[in-house]
Amino acid sequence: MSTVVDHTPEREISERFGFLRRSYAMLVKEFIQLKRDRVSFAMIVMLPVMQLMLFGYAINTTPHNLPSAVLLQEDSDLARSVLKALENTAYFRFIYEVHDVDDFDNLLKSGKVLFGVEIPRGFERAVRRGDRPALLVAADATDPVAASSALGSLGTIVQTALKHDLYIGNPPEMPFEIRAHARYNPAAVSSLNIVPGLVGTILTMTMLIFTALSVTREVERGTMESLLSMPIKPVEVMFGKIIPYVLVGFVQAFLIIGIGVGLFGVPVLGNLFLLALLSTLFITTNLSIGYTISTVVQNQLQAMQMSMMFFLPSILLSGFMFPFAGMPAWAQYVGECLPLTHYLRIVRAIMLKGATMQNMRFDALALAALMLVAMIIAVTRFRRTLD
Amino acid sequence: MNGTTGNGIAIDVKGLTKSFGGREVVHDLSMQVKRGSIYGFLGPNGSGKTTTIRILCGLLTPDSGEGTCLGYDIRRDAEKIKRQVGYMTQRFSLYQDLSVRENLEFVARLYGLRDARGAARDMIERLGLSGREEQLAGELSGGWKQRLALGACTLPNPKLLLLDEPTAGVDPKARRDFWNEIHALAADGLTVLVSTHYMDEAERCHEIAYIAYGHLLAHGTVEEVIAKSALTTYTVTGEDLNGLAAELPGKPGVDMVAPFGTSLHVSGRDVAALEASIAPWRDKSGLHWQKSSPSLEDVFIELMGRSRDNFQ
Repeated sequence: MSTVVDHTPEREISERFGFLRRSYAMLVKEFIQLKRDRVSFAMIVMLPVMQLMLFGYAINTTPHNLPSAVLLQEDSDLARSVLKALENTAYFRFIYEVHDVDDFDNLLKSGKVLFGVEIPRGFERAVRRGDRPALLVAADATDPVAASSALGSLGTIVQTALKHDLYIGNPPEMPFEIRAHARYNPAAVSSLNIVPGLVGTILTMTMLIFTALSVTREVERGTMESLLSMPIKPVEVMFGKIIPYVLVGFVQAFLIIGIGVGLFGVPVLGNLFLLALLSTLFITTNLSIGYTISTVVQNQLQAMQMSMMFFLPSILLSGFMFPFAGMPAWAQYVGECLPLTHYLRIVRAIMLKGATMQNMRFDALALAALMLVAMIIAVTRFRRTLD
Repeated sequence: MNGTTGNGIAIDVKGLTKSFGGREVVHDLSMQVKRGSIYGFLGPNGSGKTTTIRILCGLLTPDSGEGTCLGYDIRRDAEKIKRQVGYMTQRFSLYQDLSVRENLEFVARLYGLRDARGAARDMIERLGLSGREEQLAGELSGGWKQRLALGACTLPNPKLLLLDEPTAGVDPKARRDFWNEIHALAADGLTVLVSTHYMDEAERCHEIAYIAYGHLLAHGTVEEVIAKSALTTYTVTGEDLNGLAAELPGKPGVDMVAPFGTSLHVSGRDVAALEASIAPWRDKSGLHWQKSSPSLEDVFIELMGRSRDNFQ
């Protein structure tokens, strides 16, 4: 039985490329562990898909049958046909018809209706005279997505609807002016902003948690003691633990953007390669931050809590939830320190505006700086002993 | 680069002290371990054995004290020490969700072995784990886990093995095999420091050290430790040993009374006082008294009792 000894052949030990060899050893180990962890593996695919579906459809980009009220100050055929046209768009459903401005205001204020259309006295006569009277459409923009998409398409829809109305004929331009008034939230966020934003938000959440648990897991399973007794350096442990998840993050980003384009019709106007490159940078930054968390906390529960502590401000202060420019100065300063803020600018600009590296270089640099800071903290925080 | 010291000493430390949260776990500990020897580390739970081993392999830094391990300074050259030391932790610390082969390949790669796959394959064969290489380490039985852990420690050809209670919870057959392996490794020139609770294992070491409450109380070969204890032991056999065991403790000169199966060991350092105290029972019919040399266990139990009085 005692066979360990039979001529243990002296295996050659190579001193060259030690850094790469040890990082690679760690990386292979992490990959195998990830592969074995079926639940985590399923999460990699399920999490982004599920979240995108939930977020994506919950913030339905094409709302229908929004409860609306009409303030009718003139009961003319033209007024009726405009209302009909509005209702035909399927955006609006007129559930109230009032004749008093105060009633109109209260309906909006109370939230009973999201839209109000005001047809002023003498509307038809003014149109016939060619005065271009104003048709006021007031929106409750506390739900900015609903408000802005409905408001945005208002003009063309009404014009198309009225085109064949013999009563007016086919005028070269709108016979009246539509004055849209987004109440309560003038800086309405456009719906297209949200799907690209979700790429960043979902990546932040998943990447952070993957690495936030990585070091504490070794400590809790008792494998850290053995790992520390071997000749591996903190930087090598870090790279070994981060790199497998860069690939995981890349797959997730691909999934989310794919679904965004395929299901939600979000365009990618910019360079796809640039998007992939900067997404990888963002993924690595988040992984580094997660890894830093795991070198600070004592156990996996703390790791989860600390990840949430980082995740919440990321959602609230990055410009994902609220327009960045509308935040107070202090919140903007905090926001600038969050990778998600910079990535949101990058991903929105590349996807929606076709931005180039030249446009995005400040945000890319900021991401790289945040990544470096996180890595330096992680490497210095990593305890090489059990003291 | 092999850190050899001329005098053939693998571990040479002086005055090691380590405290955790104000409690001194290791106190002024000095020891020397010869190259190629098997050094047994004994002591009750919480005596500082694990802490000392961790200091030796650079996992803990001592509060004070100095020394060398394989000729490298334990404070400054921890990284160099780690390359040449195999440390087998008390708790199984290989990756439970990695297979036998993957664990060994991981270790081989970390140490920079040129042919990690080959090294792992050879080790699997040598460990007798062929056919189980794809089994997850966490699914192995206790004895196999321990063999695998030893295999992982010896894979990068270390010069010193630090084994922290390697045979705890392992069956006697596996324990015997394990010790045969350790002796064979030592014969090849490897130095082995092994902590244990088992007396039979202590007796298989070339040298032993007894540590309690952070203090090194005795060291040397088994014979030296027994001789230095200056303990006189009487072995009593006969009837009503339980009554005797209840009455003797506390009498002058009686330092220790311990039942061993059907006999009772009565020991003391002061022979005259011991003999005076046991005199009333010496001639009692049904009791047979015999002066014998103390066993290692007698010595340790006595040391443990004494150290408890001194340090607690």
